[in-house]
Amino acid sequence: MSELFPLDVTAAQVRRRGKVLVGPVDLTLKAGGVTIVIGPNGSGKTSLLKMLHGIVRLNKGSVKWACGTEEAQKRQAFVFQTPVMLRRTVLENLIYPLRLLHVPKTQARVQAAEWANRIGLGDAITRQATVLSGGERQKLALARALIRKPDLLFLDEPCASLDGRAMREIEAILHGAAANGTRIIMSTHDMGQAKRLASEVIFILHGKVHEFGSAGGFFDLPETPQARAFLNGDIVD
Amino acid sequence: MSELLDGIKQAFWLIVTLDADLVEITLRSLQVTLSALLIACLIALPLAAILSVRRFPFRRITIAVLNALMGLPPVVVGLIVYVFLSRSGPFGVLGLLFTPTAMIIAQVIIIVPLIASIAHQSLRDLWAEYHDLLISMNTTQGQRIKTLLWDSRRALLTAALAGFGRGIGEVGAIMVVGGNIDHATRVLTTAIALETGKGNFALALGLGFVLIALAIAVNLTIHWLSHTEREGRW
Ligand SMILES: Nc1ncnc2c1ncn2[C@@H]1O[C@H](COP(=O)(O)OP(=O)(O)OP(=O)(O)O)[C@@H](O)[C@H]1O
Ligand SMILES: [Mg+2]
Repeated sequence: MSELFPLDVTAAQVRRRGKVLVGPVDLTLKAGGVTIVIGPNGSGKTSLLKMLHGIVRLNKGSVKWACGTEEAQKRQAFVFQTPVMLRRTVLENLIYPLRLLHVPKTQARVQAAEWANRIGLGDAITRQATVLSGGERQKLALARALIRKPDLLFLDEPCASLDGRAMREIEAILHGAAANGTRIIMSTHDMGQAKRLASEVIFILHGKVHEFGSAGGFFDLPETPQARAFLNGDIVD
Repeated sequence: MSELLDGIKQAFWLIVTLDADLVEITLRSLQVTLSALLIACLIALPLAAILSVRRFPFRRITIAVLNALMGLPPVVVGLIVYVFLSRSGPFGVLGLLFTPTAMIIAQVIIIVPLIASIAHQSLRDLWAEYHDLLISMNTTQGQRIKTLLWDSRRALLTAALAGFGRGIGEVGAIMVVGGNIDHATRVLTTAIALETGKGNFALALGLGFVLIALAIAVNLTIHWLSHTEREGRW
């Protein structure tokens, strides 16, 4: 199998109804590690992730994967800021992506049950996913993304509605996935979590990449006053 | 008022004695409308799903036309089908006029827009909800349609029930293309029209009650089925 990375983003821009949501962005991402996207509300984190994932149309520029777009799309998964639950049971939500990949039914069931246990929903497999709590939905969405063994996982604020314990559980799962070679690109509002997970950081402001570099460098010595203000919890504009 | 009471009595006796004529036309009503319903669903549901999922030119117009066709007057549909099926019409050689098949054709035309419209509304809403996820999972067009149809099956059932209701109670079109021929194309609604015309109000009312009972029975059966499914016992 050919390599997904490097990912080359050149002057990429997404506009909707005359408003620039994100871009122009120039960025090169290499294989391995965890990229954390941070920035204030409305700065374009979600838009950036969706643009890289290829589910919003570009108005300008390009997003190029080493292996080509079509191949790349099959190897990524995305966990949305507001998780989308299929109107099915927990188990069926987990089975769904496997059936898309033509995994035989019985095998898919076994794998789905394993994942349900891993995220603490082992007793809830027959429950409708739409009645789960916010945190349970987040975990289910994460499991449903990882069950396809993606080479690259996008997460859009996966811990926004989680308590400390659930957050640690998710981080443990993410650590496991990263250790197994899954590349992670994730946005978060939680600076503690960003420091725990990040190997590199993208700081985004007004739809543009304001700062991009290794996590150590960014958190110890942010280059721009805006990044310093953001890390201090001050208002950035 | 006494006619109403007589009607109820008549209906009661027709049913308990399993009157042969009543059984025959009831079964024909069911046969015609259920066949039409099945065919209409096979056309309308995929159509509604495609209209929800695919972007193509004239999509909005197609939807508007579909909604407008919902209000199609059945008699006019009957008339048009009549012209097409009559001996001198383009499909005259098939000899379908005044057969149950002609009645099924007319009913399909009447209920397809209704089912497609109702189904489209719920499929479109579900698609808005699933859009990002299904695109992200790299699904094919076919997989998207299958997922939407399956996950909104309860709403689709309601759409089908509405279609059944419209079909079973419809009289204008099947009267024109069926001809209300005894032992051939007579169904509950056309029989009611006939008996009313002859002044047999009690019998007409009796048949009317049977018709209502039939519609309720089918609705309850289907609701019971979907309830059983919800409990996960299906
Ligand atoms: N489809 C759209 N049409 C118009 N404007 C949009 C659309 N989607 C997003 N926006 C706008 O683009 C900007 C960036 O949105 P985005 O969701 O990417 O921000 P974000 O950084 O993820 O914010 P948050 O931290 O609140 O999740 C916002 O001002 C938003 O209102
Ligand atoms: Mg966001």
